[in-house]
Amino acid sequence: MSSSVPTTIPDFRLTPTIDQVGVEERAARFRTRSIKKEAKVAGLKLALSMIDLTTLEGQDTENKVRQLCYKARHLHDAYDGLPTVAAVCVYPSLVRVAKQALGDSGIRVASVATAFPSGQAPMPVKLDDTRFAVAEGADEVDMVISRGRFHQGEYNYVYDEIAAVKAACGEARLKVILETGELGTLDSVRRASEIAMHAGADFIKTSTGKIKPAATMPVTLVMLEAIRDFYFQTGKMVGMKPAGGISAAKPALHYLVMLKETLGNAWMNNHWFRFGASRLANDVLMQLVKQQTGRYQSSDYFSKD
Amino acid sequence: MLKNKEQERLALEFSQGWSYAPAPESTDHVQLQERYSLFIDGKFVAPSSKKYFPTVNPATEQVIAEVAEAGKKDVDKAVKAARKAYDEVWSKMPASERGKYIFRIARLIQERAREFAVIESMDGGKPIRESRDVDIPLAANHFFYYAGWADKLSYAFPNRRPRPVGVAGQIIPWNFPLLMAAWKLAPALATGNTVVLKPAETTPLTALKLAELIRDSGLPPGVVNIVTGAGATGAALVSHPDVDKIAFTGSTEVGKMIQRAVAGTNKKVTLELGGKAANIIFEDAPLDQAVEGIVNGIYFNQGHVCCAGSRLFVQESVAHTVVRKLKDRLKTLIVGDPLDKNTDVGAINSAGQLKTIRDYIALGKSEGAEFYESPCALPQAGYWCRPTLFTGVSQSHRIAQEEIFGPVLSIQTFRTVSEVIDKANNTPYGLSAGIWTDKGSKIFNLGQQMRAGVVWANTYNKFDPTSPFGGYKESGFGREGGLQGLAPYLQFD
Repeated sequence: MSSSVPTTIPDFRLTPTIDQVGVEERAARFRTRSIKKEAKVAGLKLALSMIDLTTLEGQDTENKVRQLCYKARHLHDAYDGLPTVAAVCVYPSLVRVAKQALGDSGIRVASVATAFPSGQAPMPVKLDDTRFAVAEGADEVDMVISRGRFHQGEYNYVYDEIAAVKAACGEARLKVILETGELGTLDSVRRASEIAMHAGADFIKTSTGKIKPAATMPVTLVMLEAIRDFYFQTGKMVGMKPAGGISAAKPALHYLVMLKETLGNAWMNNHWFRFGASRLANDVLMQLVKQQTGRYQSSDYFSKD
Repeated sequence: MLKNKEQERLALEFSQGWSYAPAPESTDHVQLQERYSLFIDGKFVAPSSKKYFPTVNPATEQVIAEVAEAGKKDVDKAVKAARKAYDEVWSKMPASERGKYIFRIARLIQERAREFAVIESMDGGKPIRESRDVDIPLAANHFFYYAGWADKLSYAFPNRRPRPVGVAGQIIPWNFPLLMAAWKLAPALATGNTVVLKPAETTPLTALKLAELIRDSGLPPGVVNIVTGAGATGAALVSHPDVDKIAFTGSTEVGKMIQRAVAGTNKKVTLELGGKAANIIFEDAPLDQAVEGIVNGIYFNQGHVCCAGSRLFVQESVAHTVVRKLKDRLKTLIVGDPLDKNTDVGAINSAGQLKTIRDYIALGKSEGAEFYESPCALPQAGYWCRPTLFTGVSQSHRIAQEEIFGPVLSIQTFRTVSEVIDKANNTPYGLSAGIWTDKGSKIFNLGQQMRAGVVWANTYNKFDPTSPFGGYKESGFGREGGLQGLAPYLQFD
């Protein structure tokens, strides 16, 4: 398939238009889906398996990361048959610790890079940041785009930067954070998505989690639709990661509904979809236990690492 | 970039994997009688004919209840009750008092919204998502909106001394049973008229529940009378000499009969009839949202919508993409039990309507248009039709000319603005139109040139009590909704 794809880069000034009112209506419609019983349990387990368990703070320490990695492997041992999360996401300086702590669990180590979260650093610094994370053992790199350059209309710069980081990633999968909360319109979200995908992103991701609003359903829908169009234009699948602001099980199920009805079953796994979240896992666990026992337990029955 | 041909080897897969468990809305709280009589002069009374007919749940083919068939005598009794109430009570009551009754009806509908929604879906086959989120809230909103006008009519029509007409005979269709009752009753009552209303024979139950609600509201007896029955009952109402005003929503065929019947009388008439609306997608449109608009335009309420966007015009440069997106979207529409909260498309309203739709689908195939339907499974019992579309359609196809009133879309392509204006207006109907473009100037240009009563831009099938609704040409005359919707129920100096 890919041999027949010419390597033309489209004119990013001409990306498709987006109608915000229509997007919001469609996103609201997914929220009216009623997910009960076995569908709910299956959805909640799927959501758990898609989580990138994240700690991205100045105060992060090696021990904090080890604790988080144990949680990643043992979400709630009192409940049989739970999946693990998909990945643990940390700063580059802690990748080695996470890699050791996760061992052969199959859980991936993701690392933010490229002067996360602002991206305000010279290109060589960003590339060094990326190479360091990969050399330390990161399986996945979460980069940020240069939003300032994007707003200046320098789409080629943004494209080239993503392509350079992708090259620096080597085997690691690249997630490109658009920081949609700083892009202003859904038209810009669509445009940034296309730039990222054409430049080689394996995933596109909404947010750093440091800016509000972070992930929303309308923004995610626009990105999913961009992924769908890109798939039909090139034959290539790209993953999606909404991040920040999804802390409860019910909205997580609504995201899965949106994913299923927009991209279909091929994307319904943690190879192609992730939740960037630190608090989501415990709410999902609480709902799962409630489905099993019929009772809600206090949050003190679920470990906080 | 892949060529169109190469893209066809790619497909999204929607049928496997995670699926939603059934989520049926509970019917425990619904109170239905086995048999309903006529609501005349504030009481339920047996029909003089002693005849009753069944009303059927189109999703199960089970009889839900029996409903009285009003004959000429019953209609006469209802009109007399309405006249008496008009002369003695309603026309003499201060307008602000009238308004209070209408506000009360609106609030009662809100309070009983859930029951109304479930009954509407049981009796008519529409998905509970629509009856719950569209029909019932909008019906309440119409009463709220017109209640506010009751004591402000002289401001709506300054220096024209607006006065009520008298007794209004109102005949409503089966596609939005309670909502159409609200469209008719609310402005009539607000302007000081009394009413005899006939609901459609396949969907009488919410109107009869509304009769119970009106009785409970304390509205003076005879102000609203509800008589059930089929065509003959409607004809008796239309031809009754003491009816001052006829309001009808339904087919163009029956609309023409009504106009013949009232010719030479003093009766005022408004008719809201069929449609074959053009929904126009330009290449600069937000395509994913436009696809959603196409779906809302033609598959909303199984296509049983007079303003349905049944003729889709797509600019040739994006036609391939739009049709591909539309077909994918059809795969994700959930067709089935109207009471399931996840159902997108419910049951066809009646066996008769299903036959009409099937005949048109067969016709479209024999005319050579390319047929596509959603691959969904259908329930065994009940009346069902998969969401369907035809491509390769031209203006000369009958499926592009005649109102099908079902989930059947015909798709044509166009090249230029002037071409699509010509084609969109080239129909005996003119109820509504949709325009999809990112360019405001194009919207204003086309909006002015569409010979259609309602033109939506970058959306479709949006309704609001403050906005007038009505047709050009064979789609009827007179406006319902908004300030304009008051005028047909008033006489002026």
